[in-house]
Amino acid sequence: MDRFRMIFQYFQSSSESVMNGICGLLALASVKMYTSFDFSCPCLPQYNMAYGLGIMFVPPIILFLCGLILNRQSLVMLEEWRRPQGRRKKDLAVIRYMCSSVTQRAMVAPVVWIIVTLLDGKCLICAFSGSMDPEKFVGFANLSTVQVQELLARVPCKDDELVRNSTSRRAVSRYLRCWSQALGWSILLILIIAAFLARWLRPCFNQATLLQARHWSNYIDIEQKIFEEACCEHSRLFAHRCILHFFESMRQEIKLHSFSSPREGEGAEEEEDLLCGITDQDQVNKLLKTWYCEKPPLDVSQAHQR
Amino acid sequence: MDKFRMIFQFFQSNQESFMNGICGIMALASTQMYSAFDFNCPCLPHYNLAYGLGILLVPPFILFLLGFVLNNNISMLAEEWRRPQGQRGKDPAVLRYMFCSMAQRAMIAPAVWLSVTLLDGKCITCAFCTSVPVDTLGNASHSRLPQGEIQRVLARIPCKEIYNGQQLIANEVAVRYLRCISQALGWCFVLLMTMLAFLVRSLRPCFSQAAFLKSRYWSHYIDIERKLFDETCAEHARSFAKVCIQQFFEGMSTDLVAAHCHLPRKAPVDTGEAAEKLLGITDQGTMNMALKSWHRCKPPLHLNLPALPTGNGWAGEGQSPTQPSAPRRETAAYYSWV
Repeated sequence: MDRFRMIFQYFQSSSESVMNGICGLLALASVKMYTSFDFSCPCLPQYNMAYGLGIMFVPPIILFLCGLILNRQSLVMLEEWRRPQGRRKKDLAVIRYMCSSVTQRAMVAPVVWIIVTLLDGKCLICAFSGSMDPEKFVGFANLSTVQVQELLARVPCKDDELVRNSTSRRAVSRYLRCWSQALGWSILLILIIAAFLARWLRPCFNQATLLQARHWSNYIDIEQKIFEEACCEHSRLFAHRCILHFFESMRQEIKLHSFSSPREGEGAEEEEDLLCGITDQDQVNKLLKTWYCEKPPLDVSQAHQR
Repeated sequence: MDKFRMIFQFFQSNQESFMNGICGIMALASTQMYSAFDFNCPCLPHYNLAYGLGILLVPPFILFLLGFVLNNNISMLAEEWRRPQGQRGKDPAVLRYMFCSMAQRAMIAPAVWLSVTLLDGKCITCAFCTSVPVDTLGNASHSRLPQGEIQRVLARIPCKEIYNGQQLIANEVAVRYLRCISQALGWCFVLLMTMLAFLVRSLRPCFSQAAFLKSRYWSHYIDIERKLFDETCAEHARSFAKVCIQQFFEGMSTDLVAAHCHLPRKAPVDTGEAAEKLLGITDQGTMNMALKSWHRCKPPLHLNLPALPTGNGWAGEGQSPTQPSAPRRETAAYYSWV
């Protein structure tokens, strides 16, 4: 019981680690999605660019939105932002901090998708094979423009009958893949350097403000969780009290309507309490029917005034 | 008991996460169903569209209904909706909240099926292969086949082994084209659903947070109240059954004493509690008769019967059941508690 409470408390206090976990899971899910997605370039001049760039940019948007939806703190931040001021002032620094932490975590999965796509190369080959300059490659010399476009568009499809054994197809493919991987690695390097610098240099600027903002954002998060728990506990007690009053009022009604004396057995006293004076089938049926047809009012203070 | 209450409380407060779990399981089940399903395009002109669209749209509908069926709260919603007003007013906002949250969860598995189907491409390829633009992708002018024949040839695109229209339009080209369209539709659908979910979730704190908190509290309250009422009724039924059975055994023991004029063999001093528990039934024959009587003639559902005959027919089949047993009962009652 104690251990359970401790685990519960741990999760309450480390909502940051829960969010980091979700962020990691989403990044893994994005890699899995990419590997299980069956990329098939249309190999048609007008459609290649749209398909290639679409596959490169639309899933990251989806993953970003998913990252925002799955993160509980984004909801907390929005509530804090939109609530009426009341008796508690709003601190914009806290809201900014929460917003930036939510956004940073949500950006991890899309970035992972884009980098994996670039390092794999298929998307860029599909998108830009039609924009290649045919003079760079042998094999396109004596063909008309339309035919060149047609052949270039089919470069991403290895098994297409027109370009199956073409060395120029392999050359174009290798060239584009090289560019794609270079771009991928460069982006990865830049991002990691940026993250490193941001983390390293942050204590030099506004450390006190940062500590305050982090503390209060954590506080708001915990306060909301505890409020929800308190509401649950309260509704449970409310329901318990309401039902007991209902049984009590049924017992009083029965006492009023039936004049039979109660049972004389000494040993049945505690059972008597549990039975609440409801001791035959008709009474039980009446109780159940009353429960359905006329639920008691949501006011447990009435019993004290009766 | 405390531990049980704590776990119960945990599940109560995390009822949402429990429902989310079921929702996730259904989404995984729908992916699994799709990969286990053996898709067989009929490759005939009019059947392709029906088959393809059928596989695309009918299972999501089934999954949506299943999502409602598997949700425990649907009966709670129906009960709250149909109950008479009585002394407690009905709040339509609470009903709306309950319905919306159930519908949102039920929509996830169908959306997953639709996305997986569209991203895979087989359904759209099967359904729309006869509408491929042969003029742009193939050689429509080359072959002078009648329209019906062209349709029949195009309908065989998904079935590579029997495709015979390579001069009309290459099979790979057509399949790639249809697949590209299907995947584009799939990604657009997923993007649309995600944006919708994002808007629904993020616009709520901006507009109706107070109303939302109220609805959530009361829908939770209704659920807990129902569960607690069931618990209380179960406890009551238990006590009721206990007293009923005790009275049955007392009646048994009374009849036994009256019928056989049987002095108890046990000495009243040293047995005490054990004697009480045995309720006067101390041998196999008597026990068998008690069991038979319990089966043949259960006692009425009425405790605190003032002066009714036992009427359970145990005390020998030959005896008349209308003998006044009230005075005998009184004696026996005092007797069995000695």
